[in-house]
Amino acid sequence: MTDYTPTHVGSVTKYVMVESFEITPADLAARGYEISKGVMIKETCFGLVLNGKEEEVDRIVTELRKIDPGHIFVKDRGFPPGDARRCRANLGGARPGYNGLEFEMSILPYVSHGLEVLNSKDEKSVPSPEDPLEHPLLDIHKLKKLIDAQES
Amino acid sequence: MAKVFIYPATSLILSDMVARFGHTPLSSATAIRERIQTAGLESPPLQITPEEPKKGLKWAAVEVPAGVRGRMSLYGPMIEAAEAAIIINDADFAFGCMGCARTNELIKFLVHQKDMPKLELNYPKNEEEGVKFVAAIKRFLTGLGAPK
Repeated sequence: MTDYTPTHVGSVTKYVMVESFEITPADLAARGYEISKGVMIKETCFGLVLNGKEEEVDRIVTELRKIDPGHIFVKDRGFPPGDARRCRANLGGARPGYNGLEFEMSILPYVSHGLEVLNSKDEKSVPSPEDPLEHPLLDIHKLKKLIDAQES
Repeated sequence: MAKVFIYPATSLILSDMVARFGHTPLSSATAIRERIQTAGLESPPLQITPEEPKKGLKWAAVEVPAGVRGRMSLYGPMIEAAEAAIIINDADFAFGCMGCARTNELIKFLVHQKDMPKLELNYPKNEEEGVKFVAAIKRFLTGLGAPK
């Protein structure tokens, strides 16, 4: 067992993901560098990784969101950018954790659409989604249809 | 500003929604960051040391596998600190820290046991469901109190 000396203590790291037809990670990176004030910005294929003091990172995130609010998504990250324990340059293959992001990125267009619709619509007027804990009983008419379909 | 536990705790969508509507998401990343930034013994890759399964004994019995107890040392304190929770029920693909089905069952059980506002959802599968999904989250988070 060896001693562990952490780096980047007191800093926060955040992912900024872009799912847009209008802006690219490069556009976001350019805007980020303009206002970075010492925050480390790494451009990736899906967006940016920001590392720095919490207030500074939050400020940049707020500014970047303004570019395309419905299509920019932000999430915390535990490791600093390029950390040898997580970076795919050291490990090979997809970075652990990317699979989860990749799965959710396939759903982001629906969420983006929802955010855009709700800009011009009150959320109270939208019906609730189905309750996943509810297991409704089979409707008798539907059962009759199934039986009829089976018999014919 | 309420502390909202999200399930899956690694979810980009939930983490973003909670922060976007002015609350604090409790996610795996913040728990891992805490360990990554604390000096101690080298225990790559996640700095989960042999101490963690011991801490996990608070939420899981000693005969429960160490993997579950180690994970519970991350999620247990977050569930205790949570003032609300959003759960996605059809998250089939749980990766990394969320990649243990037994831990996930225990997390859901503990969240359901706790007396706090909860929102149960499924992932949207089309644009119409996307609108309902975002509206439900917005309504829920607005109802928790004044955002920052």
